[in-house]
Amino acid sequence: MVTFARGKQILNNLNILLEAPIFSVQLILDGLLVGAIFALAAYGLALVWGVMNVVNITQGEYVMLGGFVTILLAEQGMHPLLTIPFAVVILYFVGWLLYRLVISRVVDRDLFVSLLATFGLSIIMQQLMNEIFGSDVRTAESGLGTWQLFGDSVTVAQVKVVAFVLVMVLGGILILFLKNSRLGQAIRATAQDARAARVVGINTDSVYATTFAINAAICGAAGSLVAMAYTIHPYIGLPYTVRSFMIVIVAGLGNMGSVIVAGLGLGTAENIAGFIFGAEYQIAFVFGLLVVVLLFRNRAMKRKRQYLK
Amino acid sequence: MHQIRNMAITAACSLALATMPAMAQDKTITLGAAVSVTGKYSTNGGHTRNGYDLAAKVINDMGGVKVGGVSYKIAIKYYDDESTPARGAELAERLIKQDGVKFLLGPYSSGLTKAIAPVTEKYKVPMVEANGASRSIFTKGYKYTFAVLSTSEQYLASAVALAAELAKAAGKDPKTLKLAGAFENDPFSQDIRAGVLDDAKKFGIKVVIDDRLPKELNDMSATLTKVKALKPDILVVSGHSKGAATAIRQISQMKVNVPMLAMTHCDSAKIIKKFGADAENTLCAAQWERTLTYKDSYFGTASDFADLFEKTFKYAPPYQAAESAAAVLVFKDAIERAGSLDPAKVRDALSETKMQTFYGNIDFDATGKNIAKPMVLMQVQGGQYKLVAPQKWAAAKVVHPRPTP
Repeated sequence: MVTFARGKQILNNLNILLEAPIFSVQLILDGLLVGAIFALAAYGLALVWGVMNVVNITQGEYVMLGGFVTILLAEQGMHPLLTIPFAVVILYFVGWLLYRLVISRVVDRDLFVSLLATFGLSIIMQQLMNEIFGSDVRTAESGLGTWQLFGDSVTVAQVKVVAFVLVMVLGGILILFLKNSRLGQAIRATAQDARAARVVGINTDSVYATTFAINAAICGAAGSLVAMAYTIHPYIGLPYTVRSFMIVIVAGLGNMGSVIVAGLGLGTAENIAGFIFGAEYQIAFVFGLLVVVLLFRNRAMKRKRQYLK
Repeated sequence: MHQIRNMAITAACSLALATMPAMAQDKTITLGAAVSVTGKYSTNGGHTRNGYDLAAKVINDMGGVKVGGVSYKIAIKYYDDESTPARGAELAERLIKQDGVKFLLGPYSSGLTKAIAPVTEKYKVPMVEANGASRSIFTKGYKYTFAVLSTSEQYLASAVALAAELAKAAGKDPKTLKLAGAFENDPFSQDIRAGVLDDAKKFGIKVVIDDRLPKELNDMSATLTKVKALKPDILVVSGHSKGAATAIRQISQMKVNVPMLAMTHCDSAKIIKKFGADAENTLCAAQWERTLTYKDSYFGTASDFADLFEKTFKYAPPYQAAESAAAVLVFKDAIERAGSLDPAKVRDALSETKMQTFYGNIDFDATGKNIAKPMVLMQVQGGQYKLVAPQKWAAAKVVHPRPTP
């Protein structure tokens, strides 16, 4: 009975999209905009995973911390958009500090040790923020309006567009940085073979520290944008960690461009699935999709060893 | 900052409570409670503790609980349940078995209450709870769990009734109305959903959207796109404070136009302070409100309670604090009527409770839920919560339809 009603609803929802395709424009737009933020977090994860062979479960917590930086500064009267650089810088140092304190001790160990260590860190970070600021939901008001297209059937929040553009710019900067700068080259060399990198005189320990800090900084920027476009609370990290994980698995560690494409695709797929199947099947659909993608990629992944290009 | 000060005050209160018996050479009755200090319920756990502590302090200042000519002071023994049900059950067992506590106060949230109720049942220790509204707590035949609050299926059913009334007044058949619902996938919100759907059925209102929101939600644009497409007359959202905040933000971002918007947890999401004009005309379900005209001999009226609470903890009491305070009053009343500290006798006295508190009337039915207190519905009007339903206490007229954002 329940499944019957659900099935009817799914058909109805599909019908809406067929009869009024304008709503799929809305879904795709919202999906792309949210996907851009996922991509940013995933980007950082790919970097750390590829370079250090550390699976960082604290991804989402950096997003949360970045959001809190923006919210706290905005409460002091600063414009939320201007707080993004602060979130980046502060999170860079948080990342650096965490590397020195914890990650440096597990970076050469088994993958599972780093998994456990970062899992522990994420719990500590959630709890610490909860202890200090409480579990309330927080937001920062960017003061930006909404564009209405096609009458009022498609709306685009300007802050989401700003977020999208910033993500693309940040992504571009990172790619150029990794390709061209001395440090970027050192990072790539370390990713390919840490031992060989040490032989040619690269201080891999400091490369690791920088990589980890850059990751935190990127996530901090993502968090700022989440605070302005969505909502933040101390336990909001998990969805971002899970999605960056998925995006990286789909896109692989090798190519930063494909991380962005996978992020945007995931956001869009998720939003359309949420519309058609109902919000509760949004995540289930995405994980289903992951299985399918993995099945197709499996053979290719077996053959090719990937490293950061 | 606020948080830290509140914690300091709570700590001071519990310290005062702990040292009081020693100083006054009085006997004490210890109430045990596992309440969240850490984890996602820590904010509301804090409100719960503040309510318990304030009521205990007021009762103690008035001479304590009198049993057989002896007066007992109330002390409360707290543990942190870390917002996890399994931990809550473990701690309830510890309170009863190791600490020898004979009376329990409830934790915060339905999930935790559901986990603790079987433990109190097993050891035959009465529990008065103030923050577990899920109706599933009251369908298991528990004999030792009593709840002062209205159960969750009543939360937003009143909004559906209001929509039907308004439609009739406007000369429209309620059967032509369409309802959209977005409910978080947790026991509390699913109960609310059941109540809303029941009432919709009763009035013949058609349910066009029935979405379950994931627990980690901060984006519901897919659901809202559906709302834009199907143009329902009523949108009901329930997802604790994150649901309320996300809905208000995205409804204004996406310019969703819906004549009636009703939700829970407006207060704890601070929607007025955070979203200003965007929150206008939202209907909010509440267990209690300070302008209600109930009163008792401990706190006085509802607004007297609110004033005292504000003076003590430096913030206005959310209903979570009010109902928690009421739970302690109920225990005091029952223990005195039982004339004994025997848990079985107190349990029987609890089941016969009939009293008015500043929080509302208390009268438990056979399943232990309070059937004497209705939910209230408030509307954000001009940046303030105004009571709009039920009619008996309504201080303001409901604004309907909600103007286009």
